Amino acid sequence: MTELAQDKMTTLREFMAEVAQREYSESYLIAVLHKAQELFGYLPREVMDVVAEGLEIPTAHIWGVATFYHYFNLEPIGRHVVSVCMGTACYVKGANRVLDALKRELAVEVGQTTDDRLFTLQEARCLGACGIAPVIMIDDKIYGELDSEKVIEIIRQHRRL
Amino acid sequence: MDDLKKGMEVTEAKFKLTLCDGTACIHKHSKELLLAVESELDKHGLRQAVKINLSGCLGMCKDGPILIVNPGFVMYGGVRVEDVPEIVQSHLVDNKAVTRLIISPDYLYNRFFRVFGDVDFFGRQMRICLRNCGIIDPENIDDYLALRGYEALAKALEMMTPQEVVDEVKKSGLRGRGGAGFSTGLKWEFTAKQVSDRKYVICNADEGDPGAFMDRSAIEGDPHTVLEGMIIAGYAIGASKGVVYIRAEYPLAIKRLEKAIAAAREHNLLGSGILGSNFDFDIEIRLGAGAFVCGEETALIHSIEGSRGMPRPRPPYPSVSGLFGKPTLINNVETWANIPVILLDGADWFSSIGTETSKGTKVFALAGKVHNTGLVEVPMGTTLREIIYDIGGGIPKGKMFKAVQTGGPSGGCLPEQYLDTQIDYESLAKAGSIMGSGGMIVIDEDACMVSLARFFIEFTQDESCGKCTPCREGTKRMYDILTRITEGKGRPGDIELLERLGGMIKRASLCGLGQSAPNPVLSTIKNFREEYEEHIHAKTCRAGQCTAMLSFTVNEKCIGCGACKRVCPVAAVEGARREKHRILPDKCIRCGQCYEACKFDAITRA
Ligand SMILES: Cc1cc2nc3c(=O)[nH]c(=O)nc-3n(C[C@H](O)[C@H](O)[C@H](O)COP(=O)(O)O)c2cc1C
Ligand code: FES
Repeated sequence: MTELAQDKMTTLREFMAEVAQREYSESYLIAVLHKAQELFGYLPREVMDVVAEGLEIPTAHIWGVATFYHYFNLEPIGRHVVSVCMGTACYVKGANRVLDALKRELAVEVGQTTDDRLFTLQEARCLGACGIAPVIMIDDKIYGELDSEKVIEIIRQHRRL
Repeated sequence: MDDLKKGMEVTEAKFKLTLCDGTACIHKHSKELLLAVESELDKHGLRQAVKINLSGCLGMCKDGPILIVNPGFVMYGGVRVEDVPEIVQSHLVDNKAVTRLIISPDYLYNRFFRVFGDVDFFGRQMRICLRNCGIIDPENIDDYLALRGYEALAKALEMMTPQEVVDEVKKSGLRGRGGAGFSTGLKWEFTAKQVSDRKYVICNADEGDPGAFMDRSAIEGDPHTVLEGMIIAGYAIGASKGVVYIRAEYPLAIKRLEKAIAAAREHNLLGSGILGSNFDFDIEIRLGAGAFVCGEETALIHSIEGSRGMPRPRPPYPSVSGLFGKPTLINNVETWANIPVILLDGADWFSSIGTETSKGTKVFALAGKVHNTGLVEVPMGTTLREIIYDIGGGIPKGKMFKAVQTGGPSGGCLPEQYLDTQIDYESLAKAGSIMGSGGMIVIDEDACMVSLARFFIEFTQDESCGKCTPCREGTKRMYDILTRITEGKGRPGDIELLERLGGMIKRASLCGLGQSAPNPVLSTIKNFREEYEEHIHAKTCRAGQCTAMLSFTVNEKCIGCGACKRVCPVAAVEGARREKHRILPDKCIRCGQCYEACKFDAITRA
């Protein structure tokens, strides 16, 4: 394991130790998984084992929880996460065409990462910006009022970054 | 209470600027705008004379970014960084408003904003839940305190017994805003009656309806109101712990809640011996992780406990056995935000607003094919037509209204003839939809109702937790049937099959997700049956959305500009410049991009 990963593991272990002091500590599993994903970008197998140890919960239960919730990634993700809103407002305003354009431009399906590890394409359910639908989010930034041409331009800009 | 207010800074600024800091405005560069305003003020040495306020979503997303200058309540829309020097020089120095940027004073929003704080009807909106959104700085507790914040809590603790608080809420007629519309007062009473060493209060901020953002905006704009409601409930039912369960997808709302909780603790509004009483209460935040079913109360409780968010049969209801097996009171964000107002202005006043069975106001997230998208809060009893046409400004681009969808994946689509339906729980149900949590999506003639039904079933199918068979397998079957209809492979009898399946899923499912999942399909069959029949028998889609049934050809209007050829992703268009082009049917994937790109109506879609 690299030094950086070691540091992250230490941070995670400290977080778990703090949580373990609280009442109903096992109920903080989801919070711990959020923390792990924040640190590692996804939930690698070894990290789940560490969580199992730290919280004294069977790994099987942790897998069950991690796979139940869409928010958790079980595979490594690309440098930029592109989330296409497929909520109702965006759907009505043509989110499908935006998604199709992205799939073609990136040559991946939803849930996949491009070969160059730059982009991961995801679907989201309402980003809460329905007023400017259709909407995508790249990392933490929202882009609205899109069409298939604008969205490709945005991706090309990110490639140049 | 008075002690609390004593420490507050009194602002003597000459001007007060309010800049909308909601998600849509941030997208439209409100952050850059803020920097520009600050540096421009510095240039003029005006930094001290002007107080800048960031507000939560003002609900006017279309005209963002919004900048309001007070006194005078001048509202600027679509402000760009380049406009800032002019605004500062002209408005703040020379005292002349920049008329070209002012949003028309007839604009309905403007009208009610000017009379804000007044509890009378103005325009057609009335803000109770969102009363402070856009007015206060959500990250500054003093702003909230200045507008009677936490006064309701002080009143409850000092002048009312817990029973009196419950009675007041009961008398107000408030019903849950999370969807089901159960009487809030009764729920409080049940939980208050339970005898237990420990009880919990939960705020449901999971907001799962994909097309709704009321709860998010309410928290982003005024987090303290929600906290105050919860603390009051804690006192009324005898709970000492509160939990806000909020979607992880809402980072800004989470941050503002965290700040608000910290500030409330500092001011002894949370913690032990609140405001000098002997009542203890604290609140913590728990994050969801992207599962729609976790909005359902029993699933939500499982999720807080750290498990998979699976619902369980009720009874026992959470009020008897909830979080960690203890009696638990769970209400929606908007429900909580009404509580302080009810205690301050009284149940009699509150119940004077609305209809016979539904009291107060309801917030809707108006979106889709409508001019003014954003948040609206209207008294119960307002008609759909008023919301869509008077507040929403009607359908853009001269298109025809087709339907309005309320209640998200659990709701239904109402066509034109229901536009005069009044908003209340019973009337909407009678019309064949539901109030739901407040998503309201306007649909115009371009939408195919079969595809829309398929969209919702795809959603519920994907979100079904899989615990019960009717929901897990039934929605999958419905999805398959709808898919084949939209692909032009529908069979006679498919409509009846959908109706039968839908009825069974509704009756046999374990939780509200399955029990309501068929609604979008059943309501579109009921109101738009002829569209289903056209798809199945004539293999046509009148909205032109089911592309599998379409063919694209170039007609004689073509001047050979090449626009279609450039956008075609699969190089299915051929033809020399200035000559009529041709679409190769074998290569065409029917994406429709050429149709949209053509400015000469030269592509026929059939
Ligand atoms: C599938 C499903 C999803 C739900 N999602 C939400 C939600 O996102 N937010 C919410 O407040 N209530 C939601 N509810 C309703 C809750 O179960 C519960 O009734 C509500 O939180 C109670 O609060 P109220 O009485 O204030 O409405 C959902 C119910 C079901 C069946
Ligand atoms: S539906 Fe896309 S932001 Fe709400």
